[in-house]
Amino acid sequence: MIKVAVKILPRPEVLDTQGRAVSEILNKQGHELHQCQVGRYVVLEMEESSKEEALKKANAMAEKVLHNPLIEVFEAEVL
Amino acid sequence: MKKIGVLRFPGTNCDRDIIQAVNESGGVGEYLWYQDRVDINQYDGFILPGGFSYGDYLRSGALAAQAPVMDDIREAASKGMPIMGICNGFQILCEAGLLPGALMRNTSSRFIDKWVNLEMISPHQFFGGQRISKGEVVHFPIAHADGRYYIDERELSGLHDNEQVWLTYKDNPNGSVANIAGVKNKEGNVGGMMPHPERALFEWMGGSEGLMIFL
Repeated sequence: MIKVAVKILPRPEVLDTQGRAVSEILNKQGHELHQCQVGRYVVLEMEESSKEEALKKANAMAEKVLHNPLIEVFEAEVL
Repeated sequence: MKKIGVLRFPGTNCDRDIIQAVNESGGVGEYLWYQDRVDINQYDGFILPGGFSYGDYLRSGALAAQAPVMDDIREAASKGMPIMGICNGFQILCEAGLLPGALMRNTSSRFIDKWVNLEMISPHQFFGGQRISKGEVVHFPIAHADGRYYIDERELSGLHDNEQVWLTYKDNPNGSVANIAGVKNKEGNVGGMMPHPERALFEWMGGSEGLMIFL
């Protein structure tokens, strides 16, 4: 079984309301943050013959469903 | 008499309101289940109602956009059939790539439930047709957390050039780009809006201008 993780983050030019809310709280606690982005972490478990094949499939899933290219970017990596 | 297919996904909750709106306007509304395939030739058009399909998991509308019935809606769209998405239905059509742009969390991060004034920018060829003319202001309710319409600048100028902006907010409640409340596809047969015209059918509801959208 091969696990592939897909990290999804809002595009930097798009207002990230969750990141804004989290950074406001952290700043109030005295942490001086320049920026905070909140995204999503998806772990996919697959029965594939190779890591390359698993990564290829994860990328296809991320392209089609897991991320919306207009507002998000993603990165997939084999765990 | 127009027969309108009304799509139901798990979490759709404005479906009965839409059926009633269609019936009140003299048409016949029929429920369609998201896992079924549809003979599109049996219908004159389709409406995707509001709600919280799949609990807004992943992104609002993202999972519903992958449902089997959406292949038929895609075919209907390509054949020029009338298709309208309201609220979550609008989000689903954007996620399915049938409408441009995306809907994100309101700038205020709050769920907003109130009546808003909307300006008709470019009437939809079917839904509302010429009953609401260009420049006219109508009063519909909104009820959403993810209603901030987003599109990049290049695509936004394309929307204006092709008269794809359907309705705009007079007083932008959610941070939408260019005050956009509703858009259409390039061909003009597919439209989506965040406001709920089906909640404005009779005066006792607070206003009756929504009925014109379904006539």
